Amino acid sequence: MRKITTDIAIVGAGSAGLCAAYQARSAGAEVLVIDENHRPGGQLFKQLHKFFGSSAHRAGTRGYVIGRELLERVEKSGVTVWLDSVVYGMEKDRSIGVIHDGENIVVDAKKVIVATGAKENYMAFPGSTLPGVMGAGAAQTMVNINRVLPGKRIVMLGSGNVGLIVSYQLMQAGADVLAIVEAAPKIGGYGVHAGKIRRAGVPILVGHTITRAIGEKEVEKVEIAEVDDHFRPIPGTEQIIEADTICLAVGLNPMTELLWMAGCRFCFIPAFGGHVPMHDANMETTVQGLYVAGDVTGVEEASSAMEEGNLAGVSAAASLGLLTFEAAEERRKEILGRLDTLRSGMFGERRRTAKEKQLAETAAYEAGRRE
Amino acid sequence: MEGIIYTGVPSKEELAAAPGVPSRERMEKGRVACIECVQEIPCNPCESICKFGAITIGSQITNLPHLDGEKCTGCGLCVANCPGLAITVINRAFSSDEATVDFPFEYIPLPEAGDTVDAVNRAGEVVCQGRIVRVTKIPAYAGTAVISMAVPKEFCDEVRSMKRLPGEDIDEE
Repeated sequence: MRKITTDIAIVGAGSAGLCAAYQARSAGAEVLVIDENHRPGGQLFKQLHKFFGSSAHRAGTRGYVIGRELLERVEKSGVTVWLDSVVYGMEKDRSIGVIHDGENIVVDAKKVIVATGAKENYMAFPGSTLPGVMGAGAAQTMVNINRVLPGKRIVMLGSGNVGLIVSYQLMQAGADVLAIVEAAPKIGGYGVHAGKIRRAGVPILVGHTITRAIGEKEVEKVEIAEVDDHFRPIPGTEQIIEADTICLAVGLNPMTELLWMAGCRFCFIPAFGGHVPMHDANMETTVQGLYVAGDVTGVEEASSAMEEGNLAGVSAAASLGLLTFEAAEERRKEILGRLDTLRSGMFGERRRTAKEKQLAETAAYEAGRRE
Repeated sequence: MEGIIYTGVPSKEELAAAPGVPSRERMEKGRVACIECVQEIPCNPCESICKFGAITIGSQITNLPHLDGEKCTGCGLCVANCPGLAITVINRAFSSDEATVDFPFEYIPLPEAGDTVDAVNRAGEVVCQGRIVRVTKIPAYAGTAVISMAVPKEFCDEVRSMKRLPGEDIDEE
């Protein structure tokens, strides 16, 4: 088996991975980014809407434009990017097994940054295996990347930002969204996203869930019902909606498989999507030289993923001696300031508290290990 | 339950308390931005884009935008630049019986000047007919069209968009 070496290997060419690559390369590191997809950019190129945030985060700019600019910067900087390349495993010594161009290669990097992102949660109900039931993220890929409309009459389950944004984009692509169904008593995502949906005439049914999908060979109808305080459907409240597609926007969970294999310690934080790797303020996990960034550390959003990527890239380069301690500290301070802003406000506080808990649990574990 | 987190439609109370919504008197004088931003989210492009310093958020970017109605010229640059599509420009001085509402619109097909369309409220309900005065789609708007629509004055506090126009039917095959 061929073995290659590099300074820094990054798994995942999405928001976090590309930012990490740019930072590390700018500091002078030799960087290899590996992604299993045909195109780099992760979820960024699916984001047709204008981003929120501060002007520092290119707020008001559409996600795919931010992605295009980031990719150009990375390509110019001299980072090597392997696409269509699957990382199938990682050893305890952080060496990575990759299938690249049909060849099995072991990548031995001085530092590794895992930025694998997250995957969609599923929800089972009678009929949920019928064709026509899909993840909202999958529907978004179909319309925004592949230009294929998954259906004409859509019911969305979940009113978080993913459910709201994808509903809007499905309508922009020409579909009708008949309802957004939300089990919680209130809307999960930003009010302004919900406002767009309502102005388009789409009802948002809080306190409701999907009880079954009906159809012979594919989804033809959707049954919804009101739920009680314990999220149990209330008999007698069922309604039928004639729809051909059900999109599930019921959260995401971090893609942590490689980190488990490498022996990282984890903690359980529901607000972040479940089990997340412990990491310190420099994004280093409990396995020395193994860093993490973006949704794999806990599900947040693109701007935070990019900043965590910046942080991991700077930290990994600094640990190789490519940045002075002072220079690295200054960069980290700027990045942490921007992250702090992103984790503020009524929607950001929950993520801030979750991140603080993750850092505290890591610190407690490291203290125990030193004793 | 009323209110933005329950329905996606800001309640009368939420709108009345929003520091970005100008006074009725200011709307009577002519074009002015109406920022219906009622939730503290980290976002400030409206402040950065305004050339007249009429919108203030401050260093804490979760603050709600505050509109200075005297400084606002109603230029409408903020309408297309708000990622939440939460800003309109209202002009109650348009004519004796009509007001205009300029709103962002990101669906195709776009209407054309002179068209009569269904004007909708914040809940998507048709409240009256609207007459398209102007459709502006310029590079500075980054893909968002801003549509200026005339409606009877009594509906201008309600109307915030128009009903999507039917597109070409997409065939199965």
